[in-house]
Amino acid sequence: MHPTLPFAIAALLFGIGVYGVLVRRNAVLLLMAVELMLNAVNLIFVTADASIRAAVPHAGQSFTLFVIVLAAAEIGVGLALILQLYRLRRTVAVDDLPLAEPGEQAGSGDRAGAGSAGSAGSKATAAGEVAPDGAGVAE
Amino acid sequence: MTVADVLTLALGAVAVGAGLLVVTTRHVVRAGLWLVVALGAIAGLYLVLTAELVAWVQVLVYVGAVVVLLLFAVMLTRAPIGASDDLDRTRWPGALVGAGAGAGLAALFIDAFRWTRIDLPEPGTAERLGAALFRTWVLPFELVSVLLLAALVGAIVVSRPDIGAGPAERRRG
Repeated sequence: MHPTLPFAIAALLFGIGVYGVLVRRNAVLLLMAVELMLNAVNLIFVTADASIRAAVPHAGQSFTLFVIVLAAAEIGVGLALILQLYRLRRTVAVDDLPLAEPGEQAGSGDRAGAGSAGSAGSKATAAGEVAPDGAGVAE
Repeated sequence: MTVADVLTLALGAVAVGAGLLVVTTRHVVRAGLWLVVALGAIAGLYLVLTAELVAWVQVLVYVGAVVVLLLFAVMLTRAPIGASDDLDRTRWPGALVGAGAGAGLAALFIDAFRWTRIDLPEPGTAERLGAALFRTWVLPFELVSVLLLAALVGAIVVSRPDIGAGPAERRRG
């Protein structure tokens, strides 16, 4: 068979995964796109294992098994983090996340609070500390 | 074109099409279900490439465990059931970078391998793979088991609010 075909398919899958990671806002969908990229890499490993004669037999397939185990560990920890994030912030949209300390922020309205506190004349570096007060005033 | 080439093309078309639907669909749940199709087609590609142990591990771990975990996360984060329009941010920068990465890598591979032909290894690689895994790669194998244990404990610590949270969170809870 021609090894170019699976290699090209894996490259296309990797490009699709890159697109998904860059475009998706939901953190769970982001993890799905990461899975696509990992699978593209696995496909390259297996194809190389079948097409290139190496000194160590079946190194590619062994590495594929290791990558699958790493992906399983990554999914376990990543989903625990996403669920904890949802419990704290009530959202999993990655560009809605306020980057204040979890104890300080009051809810989804503190991005506007940080904006008003920043425009109130304080230095830009101190805006993070002023933000909770600004949010309190805004509410 | 041999039988393996035709099978590779068909399964690759299914995998790429389902992968495109995973990153473009407007339903969160359907993205997970299309991921099952894409991962299954990749498992079929592994079978064509005579990596049958990897194919079954893919079906067991990915389709069996990872997708179920992802669907659990979709459920627990109360994702909308119907179509939602706010799943994507501006598309064209991501499309540009993704298409560039995919086309660049594909061009690299096509330039490296041209239209060379190889003979696939004989089916029944599981025994040889097991021997390689437990002779050459024993140390990484054991390290990976320690890493899985660490990830398990880490996931439990992160998701238990009473032992994973800071002092402020503990007072509130």
